[in-house]
Amino acid sequence: MLSSASRNAASRLRSSVSFVKRTLASSSGSPPPAEGFMQGVATSKFIKATKEQALAHPELAAVKNSETQKMNYFTAVNDALATALATDDKAVIFGEDVGFGGVFRCTIGLAEKFGKDRVFNMPLTEQGIIGFGIGMAAVGHTPIAEIQFADYVFPAFDQIVNEAAKYRYRSGNEFNVGGLTIRMPCNAVGHGALYHSQSPEAYFAHTPGLKIVYPRSPIQAKGFLLAAIRDPNPVLVMEPKILYRSAVEQVPVDDFVLPLGKAEVVKEGKDLTVVGWGAQLYVLEHAVQEAEKRMPGLSIEVIDLRSILPWDRDAVEKSVNKTGRLLIAHEAPHTGGFGGEIAAAIQERCFLKLEAPIARVCGWDTPFPLVYEKFYVPGMIRCLDEIERVMNY
Amino acid sequence: SRRHFAERVSFPGATGGSVFTEKMTFLSDYPTIPTYRVLDLDGKVIVPDQDPKLDKDECLKIYRTMISLNQMDMIMYEAQRQGRISFYMTNYGEEGTHLGTAAALTNDDVIFGQYREAGALIYRGFSIQQCMHQCYSNEKDLGKGRQMPVHYGSKELNIQTISSPLGTQIPQAAGAAYALKREGKDACVVCFFGEGAASEGDFHAALNIAATTEAPVVFFCRNNGYAISTPAREQYRGDGIASRGHGYGMHTIRVDGNDILAVYNVVKEARRIAIEEHKPVLIEALTYRQAIPFHVGHHSTSDDSSAYRPKKEVSDWMKQDAPINRFRKYIQDQQWWSDEQEQALKKQVRAEVLECFAEAEKLKKPAVSNLFTDVYDELPWNLVEQKEKLEALMKKYPSHYDASSHAKE
Repeated sequence: MLSSASRNAASRLRSSVSFVKRTLASSSGSPPPAEGFMQGVATSKFIKATKEQALAHPELAAVKNSETQKMNYFTAVNDALATALATDDKAVIFGEDVGFGGVFRCTIGLAEKFGKDRVFNMPLTEQGIIGFGIGMAAVGHTPIAEIQFADYVFPAFDQIVNEAAKYRYRSGNEFNVGGLTIRMPCNAVGHGALYHSQSPEAYFAHTPGLKIVYPRSPIQAKGFLLAAIRDPNPVLVMEPKILYRSAVEQVPVDDFVLPLGKAEVVKEGKDLTVVGWGAQLYVLEHAVQEAEKRMPGLSIEVIDLRSILPWDRDAVEKSVNKTGRLLIAHEAPHTGGFGGEIAAAIQERCFLKLEAPIARVCGWDTPFPLVYEKFYVPGMIRCLDEIERVMNY
Repeated sequence: SRRHFAERVSFPGATGGSVFTEKMTFLSDYPTIPTYRVLDLDGKVIVPDQDPKLDKDECLKIYRTMISLNQMDMIMYEAQRQGRISFYMTNYGEEGTHLGTAAALTNDDVIFGQYREAGALIYRGFSIQQCMHQCYSNEKDLGKGRQMPVHYGSKELNIQTISSPLGTQIPQAAGAAYALKREGKDACVVCFFGEGAASEGDFHAALNIAATTEAPVVFFCRNNGYAISTPAREQYRGDGIASRGHGYGMHTIRVDGNDILAVYNVVKEARRIAIEEHKPVLIEALTYRQAIPFHVGHHSTSDDSSAYRPKKEVSDWMKQDAPINRFRKYIQDQQWWSDEQEQALKKQVRAEVLECFAEAEKLKKPAVSNLFTDVYDELPWNLVEQKEKLEALMKKYPSHYDASSHAKE
């Protein structure tokens, strides 16, 4: 299927499909991509390996009697989309190549199950895809649009920022496009270079009217995607594509949502607060383990921010008031990154409690490069080194 | 078989069924698309069976709407010149496109506009008073005083709220139309835009998407010859906007936009094609951006059009071919209208418009808290905090933040 699709598609799409094959064609069980800085995901404590672990989470109380199923990130997205279509007749899914299942397989089987009028391909035009979605939402439907890579969302920037985000406000609430959800694969993938690696959340975080969510695992992907689809505001869902196959956990099969705007303390600690989101969480987990090994007695709290807009300032503030130190890490470039917003807000709120300057470990202020990826990303060593620096301040 | 491949163009992109040729010919000489009309400049029906034979009440409703629109434009234009409202855009010369379209639609049809379609909205029931409330940003403005004047909208009337970014509404219209089709509604979407906006990427995206998704949408281009100062020749080199429809595989027609009956016929049939055949339609209405009498026709109140087009060109158009005059001759020929009625209507409408004007001007602006609401369905924590901060400042610096012209919370 991949090869027949690539024959018909435009050159950019062709390259992305072959790119996907290179990245993800390895069967489950084989090691992650060669440079694979996501090696830690399989053994991560942030992943729920058993049904009991999964259902013990208080946020899943509503489905505590549900069966669970082993899903990877893309099958969890697929499960959420199928649930959305089954529970809302007005929900439709569209984007480039979603009809045959999507270049990352997130929509596989949905057109067959729900009909081609509900899951369909769009011409290759991001501004058109989002404009079309806004129009559907404006008359009360539930469009779920896919942008093939977050790197290609920029042609739709005008539609998202000037139109979707402002639709309710500018009409005095006569109209809204709350039904609109926009999914986009983001983050580094090992060899994605400039246009298959970007993390554009900060561009959108500067736009009142939008919500932005960043699920880190299959359970989170399902719960947040369903929450986004049902939220009465336009929501961007950022899906770290390195996790599509590498993150696997037990996911409740029943319908559930997770709370937008809420961070999660994924590891408790008392000496330092570390904040991240998306795939960066697993890098931080690895760095934290290493730091606690190297500095006996050190106890680090790890927060998955999960929502970028609105973000959970209270959770970070509460943690920093306890630990007195804060480190923020994200893949996107340093300058203008969302870490800056967190740092500014926390120094304003926790000034008297801070014992060291707030640290930011981010991508460098360059485009995302190909062969230099491991030198570019805020990887384990950079995070570890910065943790040591903050602790020794 | 090999034979099959040799004889037919089998490339999958050749959806139109191309044939092979051994003659190398670059296409350059396309037929020019004709401009459909019903009425001549004297308001006479040229080919009798093309007269839609609208009844007297309908024709007089159309005519009254045009006169009301003209009177509102004149008064609001002056109000802007006197600094009583911040901005305005008139509709002179394009009344035919508004009214011919509106009369051919039902209220179930969704309208997406650009900003120069007030006549269509007024015909549908958006009152002069509502227009003025919006332009004055007062507490009765449905938009709560947030947008610039002439950015109208009404959920009740199925008129999506206007926004300033050009062309953005065109793909939105395709999406809304697709939704109507899924509902099985006997309704379509009509999307207005100018020939300048058709240069935006969103135009291309929209027409292509509407064609491939078979969305019941009527794209209505008002080609008035200018985008602010830019003449059509600097906007495109093809045969106007209509010629592009063929490239998208779309039913397309060009119409005389100063001929209300022609516009009516075209939109009525386009609506049928869109809804019954599930096919989008492109209409290009040729018209001319005219002027309030005694003023040169500007793009907006921020524009002096005498800098880029001769005053005589504008006055010639107004003398020779104003849509309102053509239609007036038509209804006079039917014995439905007279000079006396004309004078009486103008006087009456002017009084009504002035009354609406006075009413809109005396109302308070919306309560200041409306600055923060409707960004989301509910205020997130940051907006709660920021709202409280502003309230504290207003209390501390009451003379700086004088809110006496705003409604109480």
